[in-house]
Amino acid sequence: MNRTGKSVLLLGATSDIGRATALTYATAGWDVQLAGRHLESVQREADDIGTRSGANVSVHRLDILDSDRFSDFVMGLPVLPDTVVCVIGELGEQDRAEKELHHASLVMRTNFEGPALFLGLIADLFAARGHGTIVGVSSVAGDRGRASNYVYGAAKAGFTAFLSGLRNRLTKAGARVVTVKPGFVRTRMTAGMKLPGLLTAEPKEVAGAIFAAAEEKRSRDVIYVRSIWWPLMTVIRSIPEPLFKRLKL
Amino acid sequence: MILEGWGRYPRLVSEVFDCRTPADAAEAVARRHGVIARGNGRSYGDAALGDVATLICRGIGRMKRFDPETRLLTVEAGVMLSDILDAFIPRGYFPPVVPGTKFVTVGGMIASDVHGKNHHRDGGFGAHVASFKLILQDGEVLNCSRNENADLFFATIGGMGLTGVITEASFHMKPIETGWIHQETVVAEDLREALAALQAADESSYSVAWIDCLARGASLGRSLIFVGEHAKREQVVAHKAERETFPSPKKPRLSLPMDLPAWALNRTSVSAFNAAYFRAGVRKAGAPSLVHWNPYFFPLDGIHQWNRLYGRSGFLQHQCVVPDTNALPVLSEILERFAGSGKGSFLAVLKKLGPGTGLLSFPMPGYTLALDLPVTEDVFPLLEEIDKVIVDAGGRLYLAKDARQSRQTFEASYPQLAAFRDIRRATGGDARFASRLATRLGI
Ligand SMILES: Cc1cc2nc3c(=O)[nH]c(=O)nc-3n(C[C@H](O)[C@H](O)[C@H](O)COP(=O)(O)OP(=O)(O)OC[C@H]3O[C@@H](n4cnc5c(N)ncnc54)[C@H](O)[C@@H]3O)c2cc1C
Ligand SMILES: NC(=O)c1ccc[n+]([C@@H]2O[C@H](COP(=O)([O-])OP(=O)(O)OC[C@H]3O[C@@H](n4cnc5c(N)ncnc54)[C@H](OP(=O)(O)O)[C@@H]3O)[C@@H](O)[C@H]2O)c1
Repeated sequence: MNRTGKSVLLLGATSDIGRATALTYATAGWDVQLAGRHLESVQREADDIGTRSGANVSVHRLDILDSDRFSDFVMGLPVLPDTVVCVIGELGEQDRAEKELHHASLVMRTNFEGPALFLGLIADLFAARGHGTIVGVSSVAGDRGRASNYVYGAAKAGFTAFLSGLRNRLTKAGARVVTVKPGFVRTRMTAGMKLPGLLTAEPKEVAGAIFAAAEEKRSRDVIYVRSIWWPLMTVIRSIPEPLFKRLKL
Repeated sequence: MILEGWGRYPRLVSEVFDCRTPADAAEAVARRHGVIARGNGRSYGDAALGDVATLICRGIGRMKRFDPETRLLTVEAGVMLSDILDAFIPRGYFPPVVPGTKFVTVGGMIASDVHGKNHHRDGGFGAHVASFKLILQDGEVLNCSRNENADLFFATIGGMGLTGVITEASFHMKPIETGWIHQETVVAEDLREALAALQAADESSYSVAWIDCLARGASLGRSLIFVGEHAKREQVVAHKAERETFPSPKKPRLSLPMDLPAWALNRTSVSAFNAAYFRAGVRKAGAPSLVHWNPYFFPLDGIHQWNRLYGRSGFLQHQCVVPDTNALPVLSEILERFAGSGKGSFLAVLKKLGPGTGLLSFPMPGYTLALDLPVTEDVFPLLEEIDKVIVDAGGRLYLAKDARQSRQTFEASYPQLAAFRDIRRATGGDARFASRLATRLGI
């Protein structure tokens, strides 16, 4: 196996998308740092990725809601990674989020506040170093608020805007930011939901798209994993509000 | 949810629990009576259909560690053989035993003590398992090996999930120099020659015979025997220098998107195909060739969902083993009956087996014959007749393929059944774990 000497930090390594992404980097010869809030489950993924790929894998504890410990966390990494991929997210339940403030707050903080604060910190370090790539997994749900999931959607919209701003700022400094809007993905988050086949990607597909956008020659800024989402979301975004507000979405 | 095996017969309703971790499985086991583990559902009949509930174990699918010194690989039981091949062939390691499809889980390979084309020499998968973890009826997890809980170890290998749920296992990989197989094809004009050719290949790593079931009379048992070895590096270089040492698998090219109507497989078309296939084999015979590991071991995996070939009503695979002694007359009679009925598939697979490892392991020293039959009302009495021939000869049927054998056939042919039942009773497994196979056969 050819090692590249590069390393990637994966936040949310216990998710299906995170796992698949970490494995894609590992088989491409990268060292992998896995972070998550439950060390035992992160270790299980680390063993899996290490055994499958032969890559060096380290595990690190990180709760994305615990911003006080972000600096210590970064100091504790074996090296400042070349790429950071944030896959952390929380779909929550819309109807609960409408009634319980703390549930709405959890969704907002997990999808927006936590990842944004953390990646902001990384952005400073990348800017100082003069290179580095940040990948944020956001969602098409952030492209327009809909009754069925606007709390989650709003948090993702915030995250998308943050990433866009970060990209605008970091480009001059030589670092990159990639925004990923996966569309539907067959994962634990969507288990049991009825998903339209054509619009639904496998975690592996998302991982491949992330790696291609972040690391391969024709690098991209914002990606939808399946290209059909681009025209679809363009249409959804362009529906005039007086009409949109009456739609059942 | 409606579940079925690879043969799509029978089709039954069972509650389904999707397990993502060993802890999920332990919890699900404790919740229900009449549960059974399910790997990737590649057993043909009702072995992986829970009597009440079925635990899908694919999610318990993480690799744990590999030690290059001892070549011991430890993985969770839901890990797929295809993933092991993807990860380890490029590094020069191959599993000790592989069945005819790579889309099986390690748990399924242990529970069926699967055999490969190397059984005559290396034994079944169970022979290479060093240890595993097993969830018992109360959710407790036991380590099992030849030294620790040995009775459960040997009951679980080939035990069809009836002793508990395997969550992880360790087994030894073997080193290979390349991902190619050095293959020689031998032509056998009849069954006697086929058995002799398999016998002659006893020292070779891999051997298998494909019998043309349409040949009768003096050509009964006419077959092609494929003998193979993992190719050495020099052989690959000498053959074609530009070849990759460890080629990666290609994506399946074909897929059956829907059920085929029954007429798609008629005698004339298949007879023409068999004749052409046989002629191609005769042409290749004698000249050794290098074959990619994927088509060599898993020829049928190239066509996705080929089980739909037989239409909605599904099909049966009849796989028996008969002991060495008298193999020739017994197998002749079986082939003759299949040919005479016009019911069986047009190709049958014949392999040489050695002894099995577990109490209910299928293999015994002898020859195993497998062929497919579409499900129709009249195949059942035919198979019942054939089973009598097999049992009288001291043979038996493979539980991983079975959907229909009778209790009498089963009880008469698995001599260690009593010992198996004792262990199940002693560990409380009999009250907790049940597949449709187990209830049908009274295991
Ligand atoms: C095309 C094809 C070719 C084949 N070729 C061969 C061959 O050459 N040699 C051979 O031996 N077999 C062969 N088989 C049969 C196949 O190898 C076995 O049926 C195998 O057990 C299937 O594995 P699975 O993971 O799909 O298990 P399933 O079919 O899901 O389950 C099979 C049995 O294993 C048990 N089981 C599964 N997982 C666990 C677990 N975690 N803990 C406890 N029990 C468990 C189930 O309860 C069930 O009894 C072939 C099958 C096909 C479809
Ligand atoms: N699945 C889809 O259809 C889809 C579509 C669009 C976008 N996405 C986005 O893709 C990402 C991955 O989603 P998924 O479907 O794979 O879902 P998932 O399995 O629910 O993944 C969520 C991940 O976030 C982690 N996480 C949650 N709260 C955390 C916290 N406080 N601290 C640290 N980690 C935390 C989880 O860790 P634990 O294992 O510890 O819980 C888990 O690894 C998410 O950002 C999601 O919004 C998914």
